[in-house]
Amino acid sequence: MKKWDAVVIGSGHNGLVNACYLQRAGLDVLVVEKNEWIGGAAVSRELTDGFLYSNCSYVCSLFRPEIMRDLELPRHGLQVIPYEGGAVFTQDGDHLGAHRDHHAHRRAFARFSKRDAEAYERYARDVTRQCRFIQPLLMRTAPDPARLRPRDVSELLYLGRKFAGLSAEEMALTMRFWTMSISDFLDEYFESDVVKSYLAISGIIGTALGPMSPGTAYVLLHHYMGEVDGSVGAWGFARGGMGAVTQALAKSFRESGGTIRTEAEVDRVLVDTQGAKGVVLAGGEEIRADRVVSNADVKRTFLKLVERSDLPDPFVRDVERFKMRGSSGKLNIALDSMPEFPALPPNSPCVRGDMHFTDSIERMERGYDDWKAGRWSADPILDMVIPTTLDPTMAPPGKHFMSCFVQYCPPKVEGRDWTSADRDAFADTVISQIADYSPGFRERIVHMEVRTPRELEDEVGLTEGNIFQGELTFDQLLFNRPVPGYAQYRSPIGGLYICGSSTHPGGGVMGAPGRNAAAEILRDAKRPNKQMSPAHEVL
Amino acid sequence: MRSSDTGNWDVIVVGGGHNGLAAAALLAKSGRRVCVLEADDEVGGGARARQLAPKFRTSSLAHVLNRLDAELIRTLDLESHGLELGGAPMPTVALGKGDPLILHGAYGKTVTGLGEAEGRAWTELRRRLMLQAGVLKPFLARRPPQLDTLTLGEKGVLGGAALSLKRLGKDEMRAFLRMVLMNVADVADECLDDDRLKGLLAFDATLGSHLGPRSPTSLLGLYYRLAGEIEAKPGAQTVPKGGMGAVVASLASAAERAGATLRTKAGVGRILVEAGRAVGVVLEGGETLRALTIVSAMNPRTTMLDLVGARALDIGLVRKLTHIRMKGDVAKLDLALDRPPTFTGVDEDALSGRLVIARSSDDVERAFNPAKYGEFSREPVMEIVLPSLHDPSLAPDGACVLSAVVQYAPYDLKEGWETGKPKFLEAVLGRLEAHAPGLRESILRSELLTPADIEARYRMPGGHWHHGELQADQMLFSRPVSGMSGYDTPIDGLYLAGAGSHPGGGISGRPAMNAVRHILAAEKR
Repeated sequence: MKKWDAVVIGSGHNGLVNACYLQRAGLDVLVVEKNEWIGGAAVSRELTDGFLYSNCSYVCSLFRPEIMRDLELPRHGLQVIPYEGGAVFTQDGDHLGAHRDHHAHRRAFARFSKRDAEAYERYARDVTRQCRFIQPLLMRTAPDPARLRPRDVSELLYLGRKFAGLSAEEMALTMRFWTMSISDFLDEYFESDVVKSYLAISGIIGTALGPMSPGTAYVLLHHYMGEVDGSVGAWGFARGGMGAVTQALAKSFRESGGTIRTEAEVDRVLVDTQGAKGVVLAGGEEIRADRVVSNADVKRTFLKLVERSDLPDPFVRDVERFKMRGSSGKLNIALDSMPEFPALPPNSPCVRGDMHFTDSIERMERGYDDWKAGRWSADPILDMVIPTTLDPTMAPPGKHFMSCFVQYCPPKVEGRDWTSADRDAFADTVISQIADYSPGFRERIVHMEVRTPRELEDEVGLTEGNIFQGELTFDQLLFNRPVPGYAQYRSPIGGLYICGSSTHPGGGVMGAPGRNAAAEILRDAKRPNKQMSPAHEVL
Repeated sequence: MRSSDTGNWDVIVVGGGHNGLAAAALLAKSGRRVCVLEADDEVGGGARARQLAPKFRTSSLAHVLNRLDAELIRTLDLESHGLELGGAPMPTVALGKGDPLILHGAYGKTVTGLGEAEGRAWTELRRRLMLQAGVLKPFLARRPPQLDTLTLGEKGVLGGAALSLKRLGKDEMRAFLRMVLMNVADVADECLDDDRLKGLLAFDATLGSHLGPRSPTSLLGLYYRLAGEIEAKPGAQTVPKGGMGAVVASLASAAERAGATLRTKAGVGRILVEAGRAVGVVLEGGETLRALTIVSAMNPRTTMLDLVGARALDIGLVRKLTHIRMKGDVAKLDLALDRPPTFTGVDEDALSGRLVIARSSDDVERAFNPAKYGEFSREPVMEIVLPSLHDPSLAPDGACVLSAVVQYAPYDLKEGWETGKPKFLEAVLGRLEAHAPGLRESILRSELLTPADIEARYRMPGGHWHHGELQADQMLFSRPVSGMSGYDTPIDGLYLAGAGSHPGGGISGRPAMNAVRHILAAEKR
């Protein structure tokens, strides 16, 4: 029987990034995937003729450029097309436009508030500075402040020096960024509710918190840390949908000699007294490997794939305490023609970006109150994009693919499991909102895929449908992610690693967890790691 | 006092609340000629006693003592000025569904009404919370570390804190670093089952701040509370003999004994600044008083923007001062009752304790929801004490005073407090009546102070107890604002010493003590 150097459970983007680095360092790596397709939550699937959906994640920005270069993803077909606009539609029939052109952007803001247009410059500068401080931390293994081995000490000193390099003002701002609510933070810059709600969305997407909850300013930073073509904070569409990211990774992996098996669901990890020895598939087949890397979330990995008796009790308790309450749903819609938005001028570039219908922080927060009570938001917050306005490969000519990310959507409905009737009612809530701003919208729908946390859990394997594989609150970041003492991609079982978004630095199609985990694995394997370039620092 | 006194003072203290009085007493004790200027006709601010109805007296805002600093009591020998803390800590009664839960000793050292397993879980959680609050405590008793110019001493304190963390051992240190910025509801859910207990923790953690129990960082509020102590018992609470008014009276007496002059009805209209230096104050009546040092125990924003004026300040600082969040959510209810109330399931002993109506953490969260939108809680949560049980002179024989602090009553009520107040009073009484049947019939007089009333009456902007939200981003070196967190201001000779400065509000005297220590050190240089 063949024995692999490493088997990676799950072909999500982090699993593939991890596999790529391990394979390039000379290990013989097998990736096993339960579905018949690869990609985890970064997939493009054709569910109806001629339309390609970005079924889960839908926009690209956070993916680390260092990884793209190392793994030669552009050569393997990955291309990111930046947004050209964006809009918030207001209840009185107007809109706030977002534009790529700096002056147009400013003019659009000034329509709502001249002061806010001025303040935007100051805001953008402050946020960018903070991103520059935090960005390099993404590509490093977090220190363990409770252990303080030489590596931990030097990493803490690195953090300390980075922090000490800031001015006192910037330090104070950093501390505030980690703890403030996005609503309070935006209040310090802006007066217009529409402007604030447009910017606040990044503070809550995928998060089980409202815009008024402390900690959401950090979530905004998390979403701003990406870049498209070197422009920090920019967002774009992957040509061919988000599956293009994992397809390019898979090509890169296979080119360097790696193997992927689909329809190979892992039933459990093989563990003996020495540690992890491989995996057993659902059919009973055993796959032997020197080490096992799980791209599944921390709960699925340790509570489902590993025997409880193989783990220390306090660790299991900590994993159980890890919070990954799902908070979002999604609609993927095939349209037979471009929807109309009467609030926009003809041929507005605003449709070629993110569109929202929530024009006040209060409406957003009330949406969160519904979630707290175990209901989907009666007045949901949508992050709606029509990628086909920039990428014609995803739909037949003249037709369009629309992706609607919906916040908030609970993992259970008032304490009970989702039913199909619930799902349909949820979809209808969303469609009604769009139709309020786009007459005749319903009639354009050819096909639709509706995803609640239930579908995300069943199909992708995300526990409770949490898109970040764990909430991004301070108690679950850095050395606390996923659990204190195990934030360095290792586990209590020797040879068993985790590399998904449950680990530092967290979710989003970023690739950093997969890369960082590979660095630790290669370190343990005493293999040279020449293929991995260090994180670039923007100064 | 005639204007011929002009120039006679070493120090003028603006504001005669408990921090102002403490600062005055300490400075006078160090040999300085000190004058306290209080706008009202009585000193004491939110801690003084006031008349509710003929023969009924109650406390203004603060109605229990849980953090009056032991060092302050010792230094000023407050006991010789009439302060008697009154023995054993008073119990806390958690009123929820079913029988009440009674916590005895300092913050529930023992609890009546819990099952065995839950009792053990509580003991363990209490131990951990006390331990963690203890790590933060040394930071409260000193000037916040100045980030850009860490002195050797400050590095020592930070190093000491790191060391004390390390000494806790790996598990406790990890628990601390994970929990410190968590929300109280999740912490309670992780460790406990009992809704009454969870409701109590949720209430105590969020009291006085614009947070719900599910808001991240809300656990900090509980740490702040547990970092306070009474007679060396962390987390304990008491009503001193003679009621809360006795605290203010002892501070005023100590200040006067040390030689300070207390002037009431002397509201300060302006702080005089000449060539970047504070040289005196102009009273609202026009009188000018000069002094070498001005200490303001008033709200930091009021001090800097109203009394000094934005023109003398850097624009960045003005912006930061404007952005301090300080809109209160707490209302104060006082009832004059013709007889002591009966709370269902609460015996006479427990009745003299602190009664908290917060049925579960969700109950507190639901009460918080409307406050986010400028609406009051339909089912408010509250803390109740019966001061006349501690000091019978506060009410006529057989009668009783009930004092409650009630959340959430947002300062900026959308409909306006004029129409909102009667409706809110109705909601509060409804909730009270549910736990104390028949209470309404015994009410002789009721008075509800909304944050708007508190602002007007006690000169606390936003009606905010803490003179600024006590949340993570407004703590330590960010309190009141970054760059001005060390009690001094950009104006030479002008210092801050009130609750708006580190470590924050509550009847502790700590901001004043830290400020005075800094002022004395600065003058030495």
